[in-house]
Amino acid sequence: MKITMAAGSGGASTASLINDIFIKEFDNETVASLEDCAVVEGNAKIAMTTDSFVVTPVEYPGGDIGRLAVCGTVNDLLARGATPKYMTCGFILQTGLDTDDLTRMVKSMAATAKEAGIKIVAGDTKVVEGDSGLMINTTGVGFVPENLDIKSNNAKPGDAVIVTGNLGEHHAAILSTRLQIDNNIKSDTAPLNKIVANLLDNGIKPHAMRDVTRGGLATVLKEIAENSKAKIELNQNDLPVSKEISDFCGLLGLDPLYMGNEGKMAIILAPADLDKALDLIRSSDYGANAVAIGSVVEEDEAGTLLLKTTLGGLRQLDVLQGEGLPRIC
Amino acid sequence: MDLQTCLDYLKNYNGEEVSFMEVCGSHTEAIAKSGIKTIISDKIHLVSGPGCPVCVSPSGYVDKLVELAFSKDTVVATFGDMMRVPGSKGSLNDAAGQGADVTMVYSPMDVIKLAEESPDKTFVFAAVGFETTIPVYTLLLDHVVANDIKNIKLLTALKVMPPIIDWLCANNANVDGFIAPGHVSVITGSDYYIGLSKKHKIPFSVSGFKPEELVIGIYGLLKMWENKDTPDYKLVRNFYPSVVTAEGNAEAKRQINKYFTPAKARWRGIGDVDDSGLYLREEYLCYDAGSFNLDSDIKLNKACRCGDVLMGKIDSTECPLFGKLCTPTNPEGACMVSTEGSCYVKAITK
Repeated sequence: MKITMAAGSGGASTASLINDIFIKEFDNETVASLEDCAVVEGNAKIAMTTDSFVVTPVEYPGGDIGRLAVCGTVNDLLARGATPKYMTCGFILQTGLDTDDLTRMVKSMAATAKEAGIKIVAGDTKVVEGDSGLMINTTGVGFVPENLDIKSNNAKPGDAVIVTGNLGEHHAAILSTRLQIDNNIKSDTAPLNKIVANLLDNGIKPHAMRDVTRGGLATVLKEIAENSKAKIELNQNDLPVSKEISDFCGLLGLDPLYMGNEGKMAIILAPADLDKALDLIRSSDYGANAVAIGSVVEEDEAGTLLLKTTLGGLRQLDVLQGEGLPRIC
Repeated sequence: MDLQTCLDYLKNYNGEEVSFMEVCGSHTEAIAKSGIKTIISDKIHLVSGPGCPVCVSPSGYVDKLVELAFSKDTVVATFGDMMRVPGSKGSLNDAAGQGADVTMVYSPMDVIKLAEESPDKTFVFAAVGFETTIPVYTLLLDHVVANDIKNIKLLTALKVMPPIIDWLCANNANVDGFIAPGHVSVITGSDYYIGLSKKHKIPFSVSGFKPEELVIGIYGLLKMWENKDTPDYKLVRNFYPSVVTAEGNAEAKRQINKYFTPAKARWRGIGDVDDSGLYLREEYLCYDAGSFNLDSDIKLNKACRCGDVLMGKIDSTECPLFGKLCTPTNPEGACMVSTEGSCYVKAITK
């Protein structure tokens, strides 16, 4: 069945869409109650975030917009040390969208939410004229332990910098699909609960964490350097980039440092915690390729991010400029 | 000769000051990313020449693209870099924001499908590029000609390397040797530079793009330069033999020659250079969207020194606009637009 404007009317068609797809798949009493808002339990410090997902294609190697919509929100909550608890989702459907396709995305969303331990408690559906597209907005709430204050202005000289796995995979997977380039690259779309929980449960308190999404590793670390008034130095030899991504980037003139991921965290923590943290992350889901890639150094030049190149030279890294487009020659 | 020995030589070099120019945008980017400038002797200056095709297209070309994009039933198709190049009335990006029909593609061949889907519209491809990119346009033309497609045209700003290198040498650009463009050389072959190197007694080193290939290419160039007054000097050497041959790619050259013919071209900030442009031959002019006499080259800001930057006469940082009025987010000159433009590369790597 195709989505028509009637599905957004708020009447019978909307109700059947909500019941047959959303309520069925999200499967919990709060969302099934169909009240005007969700009332949930909680008495801790609250972390809250929102994100909109407009990726095309909606299904890509390694994920889809449903899984992405959960992971993006969950990972943003985790970056502040919060335990993800509740989320809402607003769906904007374009006319012509097949309900089978929608059901598949919603199932994927429900499965990912279950994996990430977050409950989808409220939602909304709107229909707009269009070309079978699908966009999702999610808002997430998590609880933060009282004694925890992980934030991007908290990197300290001497701290170690970890990235929890290979760079560029999501970006390369999406681009490969769009450009119809045949390869085995898969997006890394994943919820990183286990990684963060393993660190916190074992007494490791990162100073700063960022979800490495749009803009890539260089952009998030440059922001941490600026916010913390620190200088961060990375070693190019230690950057985790698979051969396949490296070749892909070479071909299209892209730089893995500026490519988006959807299942990687940049973590800055005390040097004494480094070895233990790496062991814990590597034994967690989606953390097998975690490595230390550099450190916060004690020097002037606050707010700078430097890369020690394979030749031993220094390259200054800025935030992503422009759109990161493939070059023409 | 191993890599470390070459690197040590470049680090410890203490002879006469030398200036080597790269004339390939990918080299500009690769050199910046390798950090090589921070480790070699400060007696060796690496300067960027006019090697970025987007950066050397004059404002008149951008203006024509904008005009076409606003024309009825006309769509301008372009690579991403060209979208942001400022013309006298704004960029293609600005035009698209005002309702002009502009579409970004990753390959000229993508236009074929677009043109099939919208037979009532004419698709004009913004065909910019050097010897490297031109063969791809000829493949598009092969398809268009063979299938008698009426709604695909090219607006060309195609350029070739030797005349501009010749012009630079003749016009006192401060260059002691050239890092020859690696990708261009795949098509042209390394022998392409022999005539120029003899004429101006200046060495050419064909180099790859990986950091270690750059070290060897630059080391080779320095040695050639040091030995240029000795009996056994060699003025063109190919340090990229894995993909570059002496003769180049004969088929690609045949294709270029089949569709295009050389004539005078305007280089942004530099001026006219004889025979440095390629234009569709007379029998294929029905596929041209008006590429001739797009010579206007208006500086958006009078203080812009794109021309001097492109000639290697000044470093990007010496331009009064650099980093102030002209930034990657708000470029005044084209060198700040492309990811291979010398000012852009300088701005993001410092």
